[in-house]
Amino acid sequence: MIWNEARECMSRDEMANMQGARLRKLVANVYHNVEFYRKKMQAMGLEPGDIKGIEDITKLPFTTKNDLRDNYPFGLLAVPKSQIVRVHASSGTTGKATVVAYTRRDIEAWQECVARDLVMCGVTKEDMIQVAYGYGLFTGGLGLHYGAENLGCMTVPMSTGNTKRLVTMMEDFGATAIACTPSYLLHIAEVIEEMGVKDKLKLKTAICGAEPWTEKMRLQIEEKLGIHAHDIYGLSEVCGPGVACDCEFHKGLHVQEDHFYAEIIDKETLTPLGDGEVGELVFTTLTKEGLPLLRYRTKDLTSIDHSTCECGRTTPRISKFKGRSDDMLIIRGVNVFPSQVETALLEIEGVSPHYQMIVDRVNNLDTLEVQVEVDENVFSDEIREMEALTKKISAALQSALLIAVKVKLVEPRSLDRFEGKSKRVIDKRVFED
Amino acid sequence: MYLKQLTVFLENREGRLDSVTDVLAKNDINIVCLALADTSEYGVIRMIVSDPDKAKAVLKEAGCLARLTNVLAVSMEQKAGSLNRLTKTFTSEGINIEYMYTLNSSREAGSMIIKCSDIDKGYEAVQKAGLTLVDPDAAYSM
Ligand SMILES: [Zn+2]
Ligand SMILES: [Zn+2]
Repeated sequence: MIWNEARECMSRDEMANMQGARLRKLVANVYHNVEFYRKKMQAMGLEPGDIKGIEDITKLPFTTKNDLRDNYPFGLLAVPKSQIVRVHASSGTTGKATVVAYTRRDIEAWQECVARDLVMCGVTKEDMIQVAYGYGLFTGGLGLHYGAENLGCMTVPMSTGNTKRLVTMMEDFGATAIACTPSYLLHIAEVIEEMGVKDKLKLKTAICGAEPWTEKMRLQIEEKLGIHAHDIYGLSEVCGPGVACDCEFHKGLHVQEDHFYAEIIDKETLTPLGDGEVGELVFTTLTKEGLPLLRYRTKDLTSIDHSTCECGRTTPRISKFKGRSDDMLIIRGVNVFPSQVETALLEIEGVSPHYQMIVDRVNNLDTLEVQVEVDENVFSDEIREMEALTKKISAALQSALLIAVKVKLVEPRSLDRFEGKSKRVIDKRVFED
Repeated sequence: MYLKQLTVFLENREGRLDSVTDVLAKNDINIVCLALADTSEYGVIRMIVSDPDKAKAVLKEAGCLARLTNVLAVSMEQKAGSLNRLTKTFTSEGINIEYMYTLNSSREAGSMIIKCSDIDKGYEAVQKAGLTLVDPDAAYSM
C-alpha cells in the first residue's frame, strides 16, 4: 500500500520540476521575510532570481543548529507569530533549547508525511497504535499521534513511563502497532517477557526512531517480538519524525522529498557528494511556512540512493545512519561511534545492548569505560563466570574499536534513560581552547 | 533434595545492599545466612532465605537482578578434621567446589552450603561418604 502514490512514485523529472518551483518560492520567501537569510544571501552576492531550479540549491547558504540558537526563540520565523499554531523545542545538551514553530499548513504537511511513513510500515486505518514517545515539547509523541490520526488509526497516547500499564493495554486493547524509541521497545519486550503475555498480543509492527540504532538491533527486535520493526527518521529542526522511513524491504529510508530536499555533503569541504558516498545529511524544507530552513546541516552521517525501490516508490533512500558527526568521539586519535559498541555487544550471545560509554582523560591519556547492563541471560552466581564475561566483552569491543576498553558490568536498568531515549555517551574530558 | 540459593547482583555503590535487605524485610522474608563475594566493581550476594521463589519475585519487581541456583547443604560435626573430610569427599570424586559458606554453626554441629561443578555427582558423593544432607525445608526455616 502506498498512501500518496502521486507524490511517492512521481517520475524523477516531475519531482525535480516540482522541487525547483518550490525552492524558488522558498528562497523568495526567506529573502523577503527572514533577515538572517537576507543578510547571508547578500553577503554571498545572491539574489532570489539566481535560483532557477533545484540544481541551484548548492549556491545557497547552510544553516546550523547554532544559527537556531543564536536566533532563539523566534528570530527565524518567516510568518507573523499570529500564524503559528504550535511550538516544539528540543532540549539542548549544551546551552539553550532550540525552538521550532509550525503554521497550520506545516502541521498538515507533517501529518501527511507521518501517514505516508506509517503506510510504508504496513499500518492501515484498521490498526490500533500505541504512541509511546514522550508527549510534550519533544516532537515524537505529538508527531506520531497526529500522523496516526490522519491515517485513521485508533490512536492511544501512551507517552512514556508506566511500561506495565502499556503492556496490559496492549493486551487488553489488542494493539497492533507501537511507536517508540528502539531502546524503549527493547525494554517493553523485556517487560512483555516478564509478564508472560507474548502469545496474547496482536502486535505486528513497530515504528521506532529518535535515536540511531543498528540493523542488528532492528533484527533482534523483530525476532524477539515476532513483528516487523521500521526506522522512522526526522529531527525537530526540520519537522520532527516523518521526514524519512523504511519500507518493507528495509533497504534505506525513503525521504519525503517533495517536502524535504536531501543532500549529502562532505563535512570538511562542504561540497555535494554523489549516490553511495557517505557524508553529512543536509535538508532544505521546501514547503515549510513557519520556520523554513535552507540547507540545514543535520550532523547525521549517511549516504543516499536515488534508484527506484522494489516497493515501487521513487523517493530516494538514505541508508541507516553511520552515526552523527557530533556523536563521533575521537579517543586516542581513533574515531569511535557508539553504534560500533552496540553492534559488538549484539554479537555476544545473551548480552544486552543497553550500554553507556564514559570517556575521560587520566594523566593526559584518554580512557574509555563501557558500562553494560547485566541481565538474567548472563548473570551467574559464580564470580569467575562474570569475570570471563567481562573479558569477553572487552575483547570484542577492543577488536571493534581498536582501542583499550574497560568494561564495567552494571545492574539492569541502572543506566540513564530520558523520555525513553538512552544516553549513550558521557564525555568527561575537558578541552581547553 | 537441593537447596535453592538466592543470588543477587550488586553494583558497588553505597546503599545497594540496604536496598536488597529492605525489600526482603518488607516482604517478611528471613535471611538464614549470607555470603558476599565481590570484585572492585560489583558484588554477588548469595543467600539462603525463608522463601526463595517469593524473594526472587519481589526483588525482580524492585528492579534487582536475582536468580536461583541449586546448592547442597551438608551437616558436619563440630570437631577437628570435619571440613577436611567434607572437601575430600568431593575432590576424591573429581568434583570441584566452586564456593562454600556456613549455613549454620553451633557448639555441637554445623552445616555448610556447597556449590560444586556437578550437583548430581556431588549429591551422590555425599551420600556415599555417609554424610548428612540438610533438608531444604529445614534450612529455609532455620
Ligand atoms: Zn521486517
Ligand atoms: Zn521502498
